[in-house]
Amino acid sequence: MRINPSPEETPGLRRRFIISSVIVAGVFCVLALRLWFLQILGTDHYRDLSERNRIRYVAIQAPRGAVFDRHGTLLVDNRPAFTVSALRQEVDDRRQLFFNLAKLLDIEEAQLEERWQRGQGLPRYRPLPLLEDVGRQAVEMVQENSIDLPGILVEVKPFRSYPFGDMAAHLFGYLGEVTEDDLKQPEFSDYRSGTMVGKTALERVYENRLQGAAGQKRIEVNVRGRELRQVTTRDPLPGHQIYLTIDTVLQKAAEEALADGAGSVVALDVNSGEVLALVSRPTFDPAWFARGITSEEWRALTDNPQHPMTNKALRGQYPPGSTFKMAVALAALEAGTATPSTKVQCTGSIKLSRSYEFRCWKKEGHGSVDLHKAIKESCDVWFYKVGLDTGIDSIASAAKRLGLGEQTGFPFGSERAGLIPTRAWKKSRFGTSWYDGETVISAIGQGFVLTTPIQLATMAAALANGGTVWKPQVVQKIIDLEGKTEWVLKPEKLSETIWPAKHLTPVRKAMESVVNDVGGTAWRSRLDKVRFAGKTGTSQVIRRKADDEEEVEEDEVPYQYRDHALFVSFAPVENPQIAVAVVVEHGGHGSSAAAPIAKAMYAAYFADKTGQKEVARLVPDKD
Amino acid sequence: MFDRRLITHFNWAYLLLVLLISLIGIANMYSATSSWTAAVQPVYLKQSYWVGIGLAIVAIVCLLDYRHLEYLSFPFYGVNLLLLTMVLVFGRTSMGATRWIGLAGINVQPSEIMKIVIIIALARYFSEKAHLRGFSLRELVIPGLILGVPALLIMKQPDLGTALLILCIGGTMALFAGVRRSAIIFLGMSAVAAACGGWFLLHDYQKQRILTFLNPERDPLGAGYHIIQSKIAVGSGGFNGLGFMKGTQSQLSFLPERHTDFAFSVFAEEWGLTGCLLLLACYCLIVIWGLHIALRSNDRFGMFLAIGVCAMLFWHIVVNLGMVIGLLPVVGVPLPLFSYGGTSMVTTMTGVGLLLNVGMRRFMF
Repeated sequence: MRINPSPEETPGLRRRFIISSVIVAGVFCVLALRLWFLQILGTDHYRDLSERNRIRYVAIQAPRGAVFDRHGTLLVDNRPAFTVSALRQEVDDRRQLFFNLAKLLDIEEAQLEERWQRGQGLPRYRPLPLLEDVGRQAVEMVQENSIDLPGILVEVKPFRSYPFGDMAAHLFGYLGEVTEDDLKQPEFSDYRSGTMVGKTALERVYENRLQGAAGQKRIEVNVRGRELRQVTTRDPLPGHQIYLTIDTVLQKAAEEALADGAGSVVALDVNSGEVLALVSRPTFDPAWFARGITSEEWRALTDNPQHPMTNKALRGQYPPGSTFKMAVALAALEAGTATPSTKVQCTGSIKLSRSYEFRCWKKEGHGSVDLHKAIKESCDVWFYKVGLDTGIDSIASAAKRLGLGEQTGFPFGSERAGLIPTRAWKKSRFGTSWYDGETVISAIGQGFVLTTPIQLATMAAALANGGTVWKPQVVQKIIDLEGKTEWVLKPEKLSETIWPAKHLTPVRKAMESVVNDVGGTAWRSRLDKVRFAGKTGTSQVIRRKADDEEEVEEDEVPYQYRDHALFVSFAPVENPQIAVAVVVEHGGHGSSAAAPIAKAMYAAYFADKTGQKEVARLVPDKD
Repeated sequence: MFDRRLITHFNWAYLLLVLLISLIGIANMYSATSSWTAAVQPVYLKQSYWVGIGLAIVAIVCLLDYRHLEYLSFPFYGVNLLLLTMVLVFGRTSMGATRWIGLAGINVQPSEIMKIVIIIALARYFSEKAHLRGFSLRELVIPGLILGVPALLIMKQPDLGTALLILCIGGTMALFAGVRRSAIIFLGMSAVAAACGGWFLLHDYQKQRILTFLNPERDPLGAGYHIIQSKIAVGSGGFNGLGFMKGTQSQLSFLPERHTDFAFSVFAEEWGLTGCLLLLACYCLIVIWGLHIALRSNDRFGMFLAIGVCAMLFWHIVVNLGMVIGLLPVVGVPLPLFSYGGTSMVTTMTGVGLLLNVGMRRFMF
């Protein structure tokens, strides 16, 4: 065994020990200093990074409330759609990211850049949608390549879906992102930017019921963007369900009958004012808005001369033409200026003075005409004469009590009031007195007289039910989350006039003849199964000069100068249930363009009612 | 021949310090792996077994007089060199590196054993040859070979971290034995030259690690991921830490290898600067106390043995902590007593046993 002197006694070694101890202590001090640097000076920075690292709070958009028709047919629903979004706080190199994403999905980088710029107002921690409603294949591509796409995530959002396509689009209205101005309103105080809200019609008016409450989920992810787990911290509360008074069978029949024509159809329950169908065409596809409409699509809609964005049932104001004649007849009977048997000789025209001659639509004249024949064959001369005798103010009074010239109080759609002129109105509007010639043309629903389709339907319903003007309502009930009925429709009377049977019955009998008797203007549209009553109307868009060539074929008149075709009706005559008003813009004659639409609707409606339920018709469009 | 003085001179406090760090390590491991789905056996439990085995090793090592090692040092060294060569020929490959070899049914990592063996071998060599004038360059050729051959073999595995550690341990011992200034300058310069030349010999992943160390952001999801995540964990610990089991970086699996090489990150996140400084003080104490034991040993072999063990502990601690807090590149070096792993625990405890062995036998003549 070797014995060496202890190192302690060797001064050189001792020095080395002291030096190494100092070096060791020094190195540990460097480590401690580095820790101080990281943990004290860098705490906030690293905590921030750590937060970003692990948890993302993502809103779970609540599905908007579904909309059903009166029989429970689903009209507006939600479907899950994939949205590719960017979390801006995690995007460091946007150009590279967009380059990768654009290459991956074969799209334009500029498109992504545009969405990015549009989303600048969003908080950085909130996902900024770049591509909406992408296909499953694209979603898979994005997820597989998530390493190259830092900050990109795929969200599943409920999108509005419309099983029946563009049917009743004007009723539902459309969605759009909530605007910055909206967000300042108290109504939207709980909303976050980027939320889809109702912009028009039902979606807008019932926004607070349909919206529901967004939920929230916490996603814990690693830096590779891979989700470790998801914790739903708050379930979204879906919006309330709204049942409409709409009858899908009737609505669909009306839209199909109107087809490519421009115009409007309103069908009402005559005993409650419930709207069974409300059509305005051409229309728009609300699905475009649900996914975010492109500027080209929007321009195409707004530039269309047929105004697809306007709900013509509420905002279209048309001279009622001959459909106004029932109001004139009732006014005359009420005023005693005519009786059902009052006879007027129609020679094809009437001369008011030497210079003013008013022509009947039938050049050769109707011969001896009474009230029944005047309505059935739509003789203008009878109404010129009787109208003149009755006076404009009496006509206006009756017309207003039938629901014309005033807003019906429809809950949305910025309804227009139409116009029923009076002497006082003209005085205040133009400062001039009323002329008899104006009474004459008013008596056939021309001149100043303007009505909306929904007013015409209310009038038809009032004629059918004996004189009650029901407020048209479209929401039958609202069901809340617990399944409780939160609101239910109560019929509201706007006005009630007890028209004596001796006045009303002849008018209704005449309307029945219009459709069901030979010589009636709508005889070609009669139905065997259901007897319905109606009145055609053809209202001039421009006044044609008397010396214009008479025999101009309708087809040769430029579209925008063609007459509007109208038809107001109710059915069945014995025990009226529904009233239908049809306006076909520039459709030509009421008898040929408008009445067949009502016929198609009655056929569909009563086929359904008599037990031959055509279930097939309720299957949504596939496209 | 059992001497009562062995008990009285046994450095119990030092062992308790080692035990304390090990226990903190187990608690830390419990937290780091708590998010794991129940494995057959929890990692922290396995680690406590290893601590137990380590203590047994300390006891065994202490029972044998270290001075016997002086004669066994070169045979040990030769056998281990053979094992290292065998690893390169028959070794078991795992994760791109061949480090293990099956010996009588036990998987052995000769590079790890080499850490201890090289200490013993060099202690023997330096205790015989050291003189106060210091080694000249020529005199360093033999210890250089003793050190260089296993280091090269280990580098071939490839295990750059262990190779460098062995060079560091040997270098430290040589410096302690005394090296002439001219030799230091020459070696320093040739080391720089070797580093430059060696760059081309490095494996791609090794180059990656060094490049990434220089700029972790270069590849935040790849090679830089470890460093970035570890710095986030350490930094977000703040002064007082997030609390036991509350460190999000580790609990949410952002931190890779959080029970092995990056165990300290977990600790730093959960215990903050306060805990870190305490642990750092413990480690510092272990090394300096070790040096003190070396200083007070009563023979040169014991002194160099103790110095070698101190160097081993010191370099492990510094390289691991430096890596975890972003001062050094990522090399797979465990933190002694703290990182999970039987091999590391056995090596460390053997070293600790040697140190205590030297300490308790300084009055034995």
